[in-house]
Amino acid sequence: MQEHLLSIILFTPLVGVLVLMFLPRSQKTLVRLWANISAAAGLLVSIPLIVNFNRNADGMQFVERMEWIPSLGVQYLIGVDGISVLMVMLTTIMGFLAIFSSWDAVKDREKEYYAMFLIQQTGMIGVFISMDFLLFYVFWEMVLVPMYFIIGVWGGPRKLYAAIKFFLYTLAGGVMMLLGILTLYFVHFGQTGRYTFEIAELMKLNMPLGLQQWVFWAFFLGFAVKVPMFPFHTWLPDAHTEAPTAGSVILAAVLLKMGTYGFLRFSLPLLPKASSDHTIVTVLATLSIIGILYGAFVSLMQKDWKKLVAYSSVSHLGFCTLGIFALNQAGIAGSVIQQINHGISTGMLFLVVGVIYERRHTREISEYGGLAHVMPNYAIVFAIAMLSSAGLPLLNGFVGEFTILQGAFDANKTWAAFAVLGVIFGAAYLLWLYQRTMLGEVTNEKNKGLPDLNWREWAVFLPLIIWAISIGVYPKPYFDILEKPVAQIVHRVHQTANTEAAIR
Amino acid sequence: MSVFYTATDHFVLLPALLLALFGCATLLFDFWVFPDPKQRRWLLMFLVLGELFAAVAYWRQFDFLSSHGGELTAFNGALVVDHYSLFFHSIFLVTTLIVGLMSYRYMEVRDEHHGEYYGLLMLAQTGMFFLASGYELVTIFIGLETMAVTFYVLVGFLRSDKRSNEAALKYLLLGGLSSGFLAYGFSLLYGLAGSTKLVDIGRMAASRDANDPILLMALGTTAVGLLFKISAAPFHMWAPDAYEGAPTAITAFLAVGSKAASFALLLRLMVGPLGAARVAWEPILVAAAVLSIIIGNLAAVTQTNTKRLLAYSGINHAGYILLGIVAGNPTGIKGVLIYLLVYTFMTLGAFAVLIALTRKGLAGEDINDLNGLMKKAPGYGIAMLIFLVSLAGIPPTGGFFGKYYIFLSLIETGHYSLAVFAALFVAVSVYYYFRLIRAVFVDTEEQETPALSTSFGLKVGLGITGVMTLVLGMYPEPFLRLAQLSISR
Repeated sequence: MQEHLLSIILFTPLVGVLVLMFLPRSQKTLVRLWANISAAAGLLVSIPLIVNFNRNADGMQFVERMEWIPSLGVQYLIGVDGISVLMVMLTTIMGFLAIFSSWDAVKDREKEYYAMFLIQQTGMIGVFISMDFLLFYVFWEMVLVPMYFIIGVWGGPRKLYAAIKFFLYTLAGGVMMLLGILTLYFVHFGQTGRYTFEIAELMKLNMPLGLQQWVFWAFFLGFAVKVPMFPFHTWLPDAHTEAPTAGSVILAAVLLKMGTYGFLRFSLPLLPKASSDHTIVTVLATLSIIGILYGAFVSLMQKDWKKLVAYSSVSHLGFCTLGIFALNQAGIAGSVIQQINHGISTGMLFLVVGVIYERRHTREISEYGGLAHVMPNYAIVFAIAMLSSAGLPLLNGFVGEFTILQGAFDANKTWAAFAVLGVIFGAAYLLWLYQRTMLGEVTNEKNKGLPDLNWREWAVFLPLIIWAISIGVYPKPYFDILEKPVAQIVHRVHQTANTEAAIR
Repeated sequence: MSVFYTATDHFVLLPALLLALFGCATLLFDFWVFPDPKQRRWLLMFLVLGELFAAVAYWRQFDFLSSHGGELTAFNGALVVDHYSLFFHSIFLVTTLIVGLMSYRYMEVRDEHHGEYYGLLMLAQTGMFFLASGYELVTIFIGLETMAVTFYVLVGFLRSDKRSNEAALKYLLLGGLSSGFLAYGFSLLYGLAGSTKLVDIGRMAASRDANDPILLMALGTTAVGLLFKISAAPFHMWAPDAYEGAPTAITAFLAVGSKAASFALLLRLMVGPLGAARVAWEPILVAAAVLSIIIGNLAAVTQTNTKRLLAYSGINHAGYILLGIVAGNPTGIKGVLIYLLVYTFMTLGAFAVLIALTRKGLAGEDINDLNGLMKKAPGYGIAMLIFLVSLAGIPPTGGFFGKYYIFLSLIETGHYSLAVFAALFVAVSVYYYFRLIRAVFVDTEEQETPALSTSFGLKVGLGITGVMTLVLGMYPEPFLRLAQLSISR
């Protein structure tokens, strides 16, 4: 059981899909119920992972290794370290909540809808646990197809445009990354005479800086589109705005993290010289800061509630990448925690938009006002989500942003100075949004008599609120679990940088 | 020279003999035994039986090669059987079989179900045999023409359909022209080498300066003739029209069988005997590949007819496969083989779905005819999804490994800019494949249409192609081994 735990976590959703395919289309409740059971099972089997994970051990745990395509040196090699464990947990929890929240929202072609979500679960978990680069790539691309359908079939009015844009952007970045992967593969063959995609093996390579830079930019295209970093972010507002609520939640909470995870798992450890190269770090940090500020400014301008949340993602993910390229313990650990936080708080914000959209079928901010009088519970939930996103102390967002800023300050004071502006503007657009929609008098007749949260909506929000507060009050477990893997990355990057400096 | 027809000759030629025999028998039985049109489905049994016998003959050859190694030559080196040719023979065999299986319902719907159809399929396959096994110019040329002539007839098989006739005529005229080019190239090669055997031509190419103008001209004209057959740009103009007008099953046969056979020859010629003259042919193939990928992709975007769209997508795929030849190292050659194998299954499968859409009085060839397929027939919808995702080269389908190998070989040989170019155009191709996926899954039927015209054979064909497309993507190892075996001497 233990030794195949990761495979079980990986394939539980797929087994759910296999059964789902044989359920009769007309039995809608049965289909929904089974999808929820599968997602819940996916969550349950992942709990032993976090319980049994040894946070004091170095390297990968729960490793499973099997030959897959020996002629190419591709293995079915999966394992987790502290970063992956958190990402897997984020995926299983958010995946379950997203499916659970769709119970009333989706009334068309349920079977395909849930099948797509469950397939996507497997793909995303696969991305976070693959320790073989080609296996990783296969899962990476596999995730695209279900998301295309989720946006394209169950999305808003411009769904097809948004869906294909999402697909093309990520795919174009992905194939460039593939070329980078293949280059590494051949360099490894040239140095050792052995074909392999195993990440631990590829890390042993000794590559000149010039080549590392080329490969870095190839990876960058793949990951930066996914994150998305400025200027590759333009697909994100479209995809988020058009996607159904649960799709937006998964997109924001998990899918975007694949990009930042890629930087942490591949770019930094595999290409330490390039990753610590002054030009590259400056460019990446500058793009991150532009993303932070640009995302915040554009959020201030939005008239569409959901689009505002989408652009706030650009800003928040900017913090995550800035933390990564601070290249120190605080920055990277903060970045991972902020990725989790962003999953929780932006996930909640999208759910909040979803709740009101289901009732009123519009996302225009000007349509609302004074909702706190009509839906007091809703206003409370929104307040918590908004404050956690804005980074109020004692809520989760603060922990991440603070640690990232601390790391950025260590690395370069100017970066920190600019990034702090992002925190301020972040509070501004979120508070202003809250004020315009929730406070004051009820300005629109149609909003009178809107029902407050029902028990199912509460059931979705409550775990997220508890999670947000728990991180905010007691983030130590997260820092503990991240300490070893982050230290490893930092050590690797700086060690090579130092030897370089010593040689000079 | 002393013995005219040895046992080895017979052993090597046997599959072709069987195919030709069964093909001709089909033509005769059509008149004598099954004069009633309703009984013509039985003629399919001839095809199945003939393929079965041929398969046994191939299997014995494979067995012989496995135990004795190397290759078998016959007719004083005019024919050769090695693992490479057997790889292609199996592609031709599977293709012909599946095309036969998915044809009968379609031909009945189009009121053109004639017995000679199956005979012609087998005769075309006989021609392909000589393209993959021929090792002498005249033999190759006769094989090529056997294949081409049967295809001219098959493309125009819908006698009462104007478009089919037009397609056949266009294909005939341009095909004749290209054959002329090829014959010209062959005659120059013969003139240079003083022999029609590829062995001697190889010796000649190795001893000659690669920039020799006559050699260049011979190579150029030969390449043009073959590029036409694989529908690579800028010699692709016939493809969209021929694909559109031909009966859909023949479109599939043309797209897969004819292309694979021509690639078998092109690859064998360029990497084998003419490998020494690489500097002369590499720019030609690079140009053709780049143009094919650009034109194929960009033109496909604007198509509204699914068959035309798949024609342009076929041009695009030809470009990718050519890049494997350009790389020309073992990885590249393996890539060509794997790509062609995957291409066979995914293309046949996509056309099989189109065949099911062809109903009485409804051509089913417009993209809009795919609308709502998922609701109407989920099995076909999911199958189409698999084929299209594979055509776009996205894992976990076979198409990914085809493209993967091409990228691999390009990077291995240092063709970085070609690799980046090819990778970027994958994204373009996704655009039009997903337009079809969108029609299948998202769009809805505007008006009620009759049920799909399915048949047992079609379902078998769809099953085989669908499963193989997935297997090649999820567990390609046995096929990679097979490809490795095919290129080892």
